[in-house]
Amino acid sequence: MTIHRRKFLHTALGVAATILVVPLKVFAARPKEAFGAEKYDDVMNTLFNSSNTDSSHVSIKAPDIAENGAVVPITVKTDLSDAESVSIIVPNNPNPLAASFELTPSSGGLVSTRIKMAKTSDVHAVVKAGGKLYSATKEVKVTIGGCGG
Amino acid sequence: MAKIKIRAKEKNGIVTVKSLLKHPMETGNRKDKKTGNKIPAHYITEVNCEVNGKTVMKAYLGPGVSKDPYMSFDVKGAKKGDTVKLSWVDNKGESASGEATVK
Repeated sequence: MTIHRRKFLHTALGVAATILVVPLKVFAARPKEAFGAEKYDDVMNTLFNSSNTDSSHVSIKAPDIAENGAVVPITVKTDLSDAESVSIIVPNNPNPLAASFELTPSSGGLVSTRIKMAKTSDVHAVVKAGGKLYSATKEVKVTIGGCGG
Repeated sequence: MAKIKIRAKEKNGIVTVKSLLKHPMETGNRKDKKTGNKIPAHYITEVNCEVNGKTVMKAYLGPGVSKDPYMSFDVKGAKKGDTVKLSWVDNKGESASGEATVK
């Protein structure tokens, strides 16, 4: 009886250890500091440790003029098959980092959402892939600011 | 309105997921018109997106995302009949999830 239990535990622990060690995609934790940053440069530094971006391989679709700054549709496309993340940054917002999408090999290179814009600003889509940064930018003019108050 | 609406459609091997998450997404800067006090920040912080139980994307959102967040994204290697599940957590610890079948 004792031997059976020991063997069972050994095998169970071994299997558990293997499962834990096998690398699944490890998602970066929510970048709290980057979301709290108030300047574009601080967002880039806390998120990526760099502001150098290549402007190929990423496109951003956004309206030229946003009638309602509370709801601005943004679509980001990338053809990079090893894209790890897509971040949407609005320098003229109180907190420029609006959203960050962590991708996996199953991701299809398109993300879309709607953001708030306080006032006219560039909107940057920054893609991290293979240790490099790529970005696309579109200026969106805002007639009525979307942060309320 | 249900807390999470999801539509997932497969075309040419790519599944496009479109979702609407009901949530006030308060920035914490807006003032209550009656009391003059700031309405506390209340926004979705994370959305976990799974296909057939495997996470295909994680979205980290901030209060800069519009009220009732719309989110759309493409997934490779999924097909009709697969199950798409979206779960979110907000800064108050509330959460919700919803599922849909790929058409």
